[in-house]
Amino acid sequence: MSQIFRHSTNTFTRVLLFGAVFILGFAFWAVDRLSRSDYNTRATQSREQPVPFSHAHHVGGLGVDCRYCHTTVETSSFANIPPTKTCMNCHSQIWATSPTLEPVRESFRTNQSIRWTRVHDLPDFVYFNHSIHVNKGVGCEVCHGRVDRMPLMSQSASLQMEWCLNCHRNPEKYVRPREFVTTMGYEPAGDQEEIGRKLVAEYKIQDAHTLTSCNTCHR
Amino acid sequence: MSDPQKNIDPAAVRSALWARLEGARGRDYWRSLDELAATPEFQDLLEREFPRQAVGWSEDEDPVAGRRNFLKLMGASLALAGMTACTRQPDEHIMPYVRQPENLVPGRPLFFATATTLNGFANGVLVESHEGRPTKIEGNPGHPASLGAADAMSQAAVLQLYDPDRSQALAFNGEIRSWGVFTGALRDTLAQQKAKNGAGIRILTETVTSPTIASQLRTIQQSFPASKWHQWEPAGPHSARAAAQQSFGQPLNTYYDFTEANVVVSLDSDFLNSGHASLRYARQFARRRRMAEHHDTMNRLYVVEPMPTPTGTKADHRLPLRASDVEEFAWALAISLGLAEGPKTGENNDIYKWLGPIARDLQNNKGAGVVVAGEHQPPIVHSIAALMNEKLGNVGKTVFYTDPVEANPVDQLASLQDLVKDLDAGAVELLIILGGNPVFNAPVELGLGSRLKKAKLRVRLGLYDDETSAACQWQVPETHFLETWGDARAFDGTVTIQQPLIQPLYGGRSALQVLQSFTEQPEKSPYDIVKGYWSSQHTGSDFEAWWRKAVHDGLVAGSALPAKTAAVRGEALSARAGGKKLGGKLEVVFRPDPTIYDGRFANNGWLQEVPKPVTKLTWDNAVMLSPATAHRLGVQKGDMLKLTYEGRTLQAPVFIQPGHVNGSATLHLGYGRTHGGRAANGMGFNPFGLRTAKALWQDTGMDAEKVSGNHEFADTQNFHNLETPDRRHIIHKADLADFHKNAEAPHEGAETPPKGLTMYPEWKYEGHAWGMTIDLNSCTGCGACVVACQAENNIAVVGKDQVRRGRHMNWLRVDSYYQGDANDPAIYNQPVPCMQCENAPCELVCPVQATTHSSEGLNDMVYNRCVGTRYCSNNCPYKVRRFNFFLFSDFDTPSLKLARNPDVSVRSRGVMEKCTYCVQRINGAKIDAEKQDRPLHDGEIQTACQATCPSEAIVFGDINDKNSRVSKLKANERNYSLLADLNTRPRTTYLATLRNPNPEIEA
Repeated sequence: MSQIFRHSTNTFTRVLLFGAVFILGFAFWAVDRLSRSDYNTRATQSREQPVPFSHAHHVGGLGVDCRYCHTTVETSSFANIPPTKTCMNCHSQIWATSPTLEPVRESFRTNQSIRWTRVHDLPDFVYFNHSIHVNKGVGCEVCHGRVDRMPLMSQSASLQMEWCLNCHRNPEKYVRPREFVTTMGYEPAGDQEEIGRKLVAEYKIQDAHTLTSCNTCHR
Repeated sequence: MSDPQKNIDPAAVRSALWARLEGARGRDYWRSLDELAATPEFQDLLEREFPRQAVGWSEDEDPVAGRRNFLKLMGASLALAGMTACTRQPDEHIMPYVRQPENLVPGRPLFFATATTLNGFANGVLVESHEGRPTKIEGNPGHPASLGAADAMSQAAVLQLYDPDRSQALAFNGEIRSWGVFTGALRDTLAQQKAKNGAGIRILTETVTSPTIASQLRTIQQSFPASKWHQWEPAGPHSARAAAQQSFGQPLNTYYDFTEANVVVSLDSDFLNSGHASLRYARQFARRRRMAEHHDTMNRLYVVEPMPTPTGTKADHRLPLRASDVEEFAWALAISLGLAEGPKTGENNDIYKWLGPIARDLQNNKGAGVVVAGEHQPPIVHSIAALMNEKLGNVGKTVFYTDPVEANPVDQLASLQDLVKDLDAGAVELLIILGGNPVFNAPVELGLGSRLKKAKLRVRLGLYDDETSAACQWQVPETHFLETWGDARAFDGTVTIQQPLIQPLYGGRSALQVLQSFTEQPEKSPYDIVKGYWSSQHTGSDFEAWWRKAVHDGLVAGSALPAKTAAVRGEALSARAGGKKLGGKLEVVFRPDPTIYDGRFANNGWLQEVPKPVTKLTWDNAVMLSPATAHRLGVQKGDMLKLTYEGRTLQAPVFIQPGHVNGSATLHLGYGRTHGGRAANGMGFNPFGLRTAKALWQDTGMDAEKVSGNHEFADTQNFHNLETPDRRHIIHKADLADFHKNAEAPHEGAETPPKGLTMYPEWKYEGHAWGMTIDLNSCTGCGACVVACQAENNIAVVGKDQVRRGRHMNWLRVDSYYQGDANDPAIYNQPVPCMQCENAPCELVCPVQATTHSSEGLNDMVYNRCVGTRYCSNNCPYKVRRFNFFLFSDFDTPSLKLARNPDVSVRSRGVMEKCTYCVQRINGAKIDAEKQDRPLHDGEIQTACQATCPSEAIVFGDINDKNSRVSKLKANERNYSLLADLNTRPRTTYLATLRNPNPEIEA
């Protein structure tokens, strides 16, 4: 009866046994990099939208305040995607015949919503509330990045839980005075941590234990 | 030989259970007869977390095959899990408004006032709306019938709105037609009828209190003078209506006020849980049992009833009496009070044993007592109660009369019989049935199903394509009350405006629109009809402002009917019937079901699955028997009985209910639907099959015979048992007099270990520390909190088979405990949500930290982290964790998605879930307070169960705030922890229940 395994199997097994540590290590490293990669988190990738709305033009160029469109950002969990009416406030006068804006006019005519693709999409088990962050001095820019330089909207941060926790553990590193919440390119007037600690006390931001309790975000 | 109570000789006959019951004196408190008798089945259940059959995958599966299937499925799901991890989340889309409505902030709910109706009577509610989707119903604090509470049925209306089984298309003999074709056909017939003055037109409705519908019907009556309007409501207040006519010579509406009542006698009335003002009554009644201070006093409640009801569980003295003996009891009480002549003793000594003390109690509290006659008792009982209230000076103080609330308070049985006569005579050419379900629920001998077909053209407006629709040619889908405008009157006549929360989902029409088709303006909208009616009623130039306020408030202020004085006529009490002898047979008692009522809510999963008060039965009805009667008939729980009454038979399973009266069988109506929808069909049996016009509620002379067969009930009473050496420390109870003498009386024998005696980590709570108290002295066990929790927290419905395996998902359960003799026990209710232990056994055993301790003391449950080991549930001494064995949440049915609360995750299979004190409400309120830079006010956060509780038994708040209501209640002498000896230091604590027995009776 011939042997089942060839001689080379011995070498193969040896390599496999001694290499197992490295192979596994590499596999873990690869999965770790991949899961944090922009490919996986979809950060920095812009999505196709029915109308190529440019924040760079409206915010950076024209200086429209975030809250002109995102009206409920200070009062509700949802920052609000503006109704077609908000677009038409201006675009019934300016670029009123632009073919790019036809979907907007069509929506206004037919009373059908514009179907935007969601860019910042948290998992359904996360309950993020815009209003409390804005009221506690977390600037739009902190999470959304330099929106004023984005011709097409894309996510700037990973939106992964570890990223959320960075701030929930150390809010003093990120908060800014409320009057600068919508400012793009904000520079702290001094040491951020020092100013941050003052603001954390002034705005009565909860302690890290409470901010990292599971029910703060999950329910 | 007539009375089975005397017939039973336990020594002579022995069944396994009975023999055990006889000797069972070991436990103070018990949860079921199985436990009392310490059967091996119960012991097994106690030791396991789930019943044995819970291991199987499908209904008839043996454990070995079950394991193999398990491995197969696990293999498949692992493979699938591996695959699905490689896919990316699909793109989501956002569809903003085109023109955003005023006042609407996306992400923040709006509340609108409207009203639910039952038997025509309105109950004001506030409906929570998320971007146009009604999701949750709460009580309307401004409405007199609600006072802020909502019952289980009102709350479940949300699920009814989104019920995928609702009638969705207008059809003629099953073929879809347009509204225009329908109105055309209707108008053709009306044109023919015009010549005959409408002699062939019959309109059959449920009880109408709506002023607008009444005015439409009057208009129709004017243009078609020979037409007739009939009303039929199977579980309506037929007796009270007849009694008013008999006692006062005029139709009158009676309501009560328990605020000043020291002594309450209920003659088979479940006034705390059913009836048109039960929410209000429960609140008033409970406020007289609050016992905030040690030396406060309590009211005293006497209840006589056949079947234990929530009201019966609150009784200081409960007397199980056959329903047909209640009349004799009422007479005897009147005699004892010196209001009638007659013998002071009788054959049944039970009736007479407490009369002297009760009469003296009533006499000592003239003007501060009340005798409540049961809705289902014959008119004479109502007349006697009215006489007693009158002579005791209670009228005007605890009892009030007004003009009738109903638009036309006719004898509905006569009205229906009149219709049947016309049908037989062939005089009905156009029959319009608005709502109701008469084919299913009319007295059986009328045979309405086949008789209806004698009408030439039959039109049915109904929410469902049900039994009645099957007998009609036209089926018009009805709008749900959350989809249309309307109005109704409440128990005291208060006009209540109903407003829609959503466009009709299936293009339904309301009764207002069908009746409008009779007029020259057939296409008037419900809004215009209701508003138009009220503008014609309102005097003054401020109608718009008045109307807006009425719609906003949900009611017309000051529209309650004024109280009237009326005296009971002497001749009202002339006819005294002799007591009804059983003659070796059984008494049959028909009662509306506690959750699905007369069958109208049969397709509502929430109401099917909420364990019914006292029995804890779900998805079923049964022949309710006392242990002694079951023993006499030789049957056990689940055995089938063949019931024969008036020549009709019915087979139904037996359920043995401790505290049920001997010699009587209670049948709850509403089950046995055939065209009710997927949740309703095939569940239970149909007692309407025995119910005749002669005995709508009770009669003697039913035969019962054991037949072969066995029925599996899904009752939750034996699940989630708390394992303790004995039951003494679960319910803390004392008599009021003992409590006054010794504040520790309720807690006798209970031990609380010292705080430090633990190996659990010590937590510090620097900010808020949430806590809850549940006053067992107030709780009636009605189950409204369970449905509130279900609606608020997106809790799935699992179905009868899964409930039977102990897998029901309700986070909050209401346990019933019995104490004393199996045939006449005291009954206690105990709602059990998560205790939010400070030393939480669940938290330490989770291998993935999916359940953790929050900084405010909540035992958080993180669904997305849970891998489903179920260790936490195993280690929970209170058994308050629920596991998704399957994908119980419906992720597919589009209409059900609309019903979900957007602030709470919808759980998938393999995940543990539990109560977190409605943490979404806590966080919502905290965020609002922080934004306004102010501290939270006490009472600002209400958990769903607390908000809806009719008796205000549940109080939630911050125990770090020493002035909060919950802190004060926790400092009350009655406060205790459940299973305190385990030193889990639960945040949910209970206030001991007190009973206020009459010292004369106790002696």
